[in-house]
Formats: sequence, C-alpha cells, structure tokens
Amino acid sequence: MTTTALAPELAPDVDREARPRHPALGRFLHHRLGVAAAAVLVLIVAFCFLGPLMHPTASAANLLAANQPPSGAHPLGTTPNGRDVLGRLMVGGQSTLELGLSVGVLATGFGLLYGTVAGLAGGVLDAVLMRIVDALLSIPFLFFVILLASIVRPTLPLIIAVISGVSWLSTARLVRAETLRLRTLDYVEASRGFGARSWWILLRHLVPNVLGVLVVNGTLKVADAILTFASLGYLGLGVPPPATNWGAMLSAGVNNFFDGYWWQLWPAAVLIVVTVLAVNVLGDALRDVVERRLG
Amino acid sequence: MLAVSIVVFGLLHALPGGLVRAQLGTHVSQVAVRALEVEEGLTKPLPVQYLLWLRGVLEGQLGQSFKLGEPVSTLIGLYVPRTILLVGVSLLFAVAIAIPLGLWQGYRRNHVDDHALSALMLTLYSMPTFLLGVLLIIVLNSWLGLLPSLASDFGASLGTDVRDLALPVLTLTFANVSYFSRYMRSSVIDNLLEDYVRTARAKGASERRVLLRHVLRNSLTATVTMIGLTLPYTVSGSLIVEALFNFPGAGLLFWNAAQTRDFMVLLGIVLVISIATILGNLLADLAYGLLDPRVRVR
Repeated sequence: MTTTALAPELAPDVDREARPRHPALGRFLHHRLGVAAAAVLVLIVAFCFLGPLMHPTASAANLLAANQPPSGAHPLGTTPNGRDVLGRLMVGGQSTLELGLSVGVLATGFGLLYGTVAGLAGGVLDAVLMRIVDALLSIPFLFFVILLASIVRPTLPLIIAVISGVSWLSTARLVRAETLRLRTLDYVEASRGFGARSWWILLRHLVPNVLGVLVVNGTLKVADAILTFASLGYLGLGVPPPATNWGAMLSAGVNNFFDGYWWQLWPAAVLIVVTVLAVNVLGDALRDVVERRLG
Repeated sequence: MLAVSIVVFGLLHALPGGLVRAQLGTHVSQVAVRALEVEEGLTKPLPVQYLLWLRGVLEGQLGQSFKLGEPVSTLIGLYVPRTILLVGVSLLFAVAIAIPLGLWQGYRRNHVDDHALSALMLTLYSMPTFLLGVLLIIVLNSWLGLLPSLASDFGASLGTDVRDLALPVLTLTFANVSYFSRYMRSSVIDNLLEDYVRTARAKGASERRVLLRHVLRNSLTATVTMIGLTLPYTVSGSLIVEALFNFPGAGLLFWNAAQTRDFMVLLGIVLVISIATILGNLLADLAYGLLDPRVRVR
C-alpha cells in the first residue's frame, strides 16, 4: 500500500453515500489545489518506489566516498558513510510513506471503533471510555513516545504502533461526537423503531456517515505521523541503520550542515516539507468536498 | 492523572532486564544486582511498590535520581520552571501574533494577501519543529550573527538569559503561530457569516468596530479552547526545542533520563508535566469564561 492509492481510492469512499453519480469525486476534481496535491503525492510515491529501478544504489557503506559533493555519479552527493544521498532518499521515503499511511489507517480504524462504541453505548461505559481518552490526551505525547521508545528497541512496526497508539485518541473523540449527533437523527430513530440491533445501526447508518469526516481526519493524521516520525528520528529514537527514513536523514543533515555538507540537509528537508504540505493540502481539499456535502 | 501514573509505572517495570540492570549496566554480578534490588525495595510486589511511591508523592517525595544522585523533586524544581517559562513566553507571543493575523486573513478571505499568508503558514505547519529551529539558526545565527544558537548557559544571568531564550522562544512561537492562525482564520470566517454581523453593519457600525468589537470576541472563544487543548502538543514541541538548543529544561532532562533509563526522574517529570498541562487547560477554561458570559452563569 502506498500513498498513491490515497486519492483515487478514498475519493470513491466519500461519494458512496452520494449515489447515484459521483458528485463528490467531481467536486474533488474541480478542486484544483487538491488535485495538484494528489499529483505531487503520486510523483513522490513514484520517486520512492520506482526511483530505485532507474537509479540503483548500493546500500553498503563506502567510507572512501564519504561526504562527496554532488557529482555525475552521485547527483545529490554522499553521506558521511559514503552512501548516495539520492538513493537513500528513495529508500528512506519508502519507510516514511509506509509509516504515514499505516498510522493513518490504524489510528482511524481504532478511533472509529472506539468512538462509535462509546457514542452508541452511552451511560457509564461511555463516560469511562472517554475519561480514559481525556487522561491519555493530557499527557504531552512526545514524552510518552520517548518513554516507550526508550524501553523497547525501536523497529518500524513498533514505531507505527506507538504513533498510532497516540494518534487514535482525537479520532475517537471526533467519531464519538459525530455518533452522538447522528444517533438522534430521525432515520436512526426510525431504524431503532423497526427493531434494529445496535450493531446493525452501527454498520448500516453510523459508519457510512462518519466516513467523510474520517477520511479528512485520517489524511491529516498521515501528515502528523510523518512529522512525529521525523522528530523521533531527530531525538535518536528512529529505526537503527542501515534502515533509514527522511527524519533520520534530516537530523543527520542538520548535524552535518554546519560542517558545510549542505547537500545532506536540503534535499531531505525539501522532500519532507513538500510531502507533508501536499498531504495537508489534500486533507483540506477533501474537507471542502465533504463539508459542502454536509452543509 | 492517577491512571497516567499507573500506566507509566507499569511501563517502566516492563524494562527488559529490570531496573537495576539498567542502572548498573550488564557487567555486574547477580549478587550485586540482588543487593541493590533489596535496598531499593524493588523485590516487593508491584502494587506495593506503586503505593509506596504514591505515598511518597503525596508527601512531596518523588524519589532519588539513579544517575544524578539528587532527589527528583530538587531536579524538577530546577528544570520545570524553565520549561514553563519557555512555553509560557512563546505561547504569549504566538497568541499576540496569530490572533491579529487570523483576524486579518479571515477578513481578507481569498484575497492575494490571505492566500500568501495561508501558504506561508501551511508551509511552517508542515515542517518538523527541529527543522524550523535549524532554519532560524541558519538565518539569525550563521548569516546575521545576531543570536546565540545554544542556550545551554541559561540560568547564568538575566542579560545573557534573554539572548539565550530568543531562538528557542522564536522557534516554538513560529510553530504555534502557524497552527493558531489557521484556526483563528476559519473561526473568523464562520463568524463573519453570522446574523449579528449583518445586524451590526445595518446599524451603521464601522468595519473596524464590527471586526474588533463583534467578530474578534466571538472568534476568540473557539480559539482559546483550541489553545488549551493543544497545550500538550506545545509542551512536546518544547522538548524538541530544548534538545535542539540544549536548553536546560524539563524536556532535556527527560530526554537524557530516557537514554540512561533514570526511572524516578522519568516518572516524576511525566507526573509534573501532566499536572502542569491540566492546570494550563484549566486556565484556558477560565479565560473562556471571561470571554463568553454565557458559560459563566452556574
């Protein structure tokens, strides 16, 4: 799974409720900024996953070629270990994008489950579930993540789990609020009046209706996750070498920049900012599409 | 808060190899490990250890730092106020910049200046905090030579402190402005569509009066709530900033403690920072009451 899939795959989700034709998809295609952001993301994904085919690089360190400025063989120079910066950016991008998308999906899925259960259950269970969320939300999350990461040796799946473990909280809150709003609507009442069970109402009425909001929320989670991953990389809590990611490259670049090795900083910086920016713009565009349908 | 402390306590005791191993390293005998475990009460059942620690907390005792050899409460008394200062000052600046900015952007919605500012803010928002800090170092320190890039001497004297604080505060301020102003802008846009704005204009109020007396106040309520809710994120951001500038605050202390697995320090800081964050939230709620008379009546 890659981020390319984001735009084409999620957009149909948005309009599933807006049958018979696809007005939401049409509106999205008219959102020029949103389409541009999606296109940029497609390019970035292609760069990371198809790029290595066109620009194959060895992953082994080569200390004889350390810290070389950009040249024909190494268009973006080399790292302190003599690895090709361009090649490393592609490989690092793969794990960065995988992490962002996984966190977006996991956090959204769990938040959806938790929030709808709390919202539908009501009463004591709801109160207990939401107090837990409040308590966890009041801890500055980075402290929590650092604590976890310092206890267990970080691997990519673990970091995905940890960031998702923090990220689902606000989704759960959002979903619960939406559920509370939706469950008082007439058609849900009517369904209940016909004797529908809770799980039926959940799957048939609530989940499809919160999907739009969730897609927007999930997109922004992807952006946040990439930034958090970068920050963790900076604090030395990323994935250990030879695996790499943009955050780790960026922090190495920061440390070496003041020795004059500018090519180790700027490419990683530009890629990370452009990617997160594109994801954020895409999220805003999707919100415009979804909210117009609601309003 | 209680839940938080239980979670943290449990996590730390899940350390592979145990706490004492983390302190002494791997090159010690079983006997020495055992002795220290007994000495520090680590052989007692976990719930008992937890209750002992909790009793200590209530008496103001947070335990001893393994690595630094000082009581945790002393360390916290020294480091936490600096973090509160850093976060507090940059929050003030961020609010002072973001609110007029958001108001202006909301008012000038979809004009060129609004688009330019939105793009700038979104770019800042899409930047890891440490990269923002490094960009500021490059411009203000390397190019212009204006400000020191390290704040490790913070606490020496008032004159140098202000200069040392400048870059950390600026970094955290910019990170927050980008978030707050986006929120303020959309809040202003929502409010400008409200009926009371039309009423005010119909009564002949000047644009200036409509904006400053009506829209500003109504938009502030939502923004203040949001600022309260994002406080934990700001505190997290300050950890990054402290690590970047070597600013001796609670975040840096925590980071170092995490690397040396200094268990009591970690526990103490999480507790104190969580309490401080909750108090900050309370402050935001109080401010909310000041701004919106409807929630004051109880």
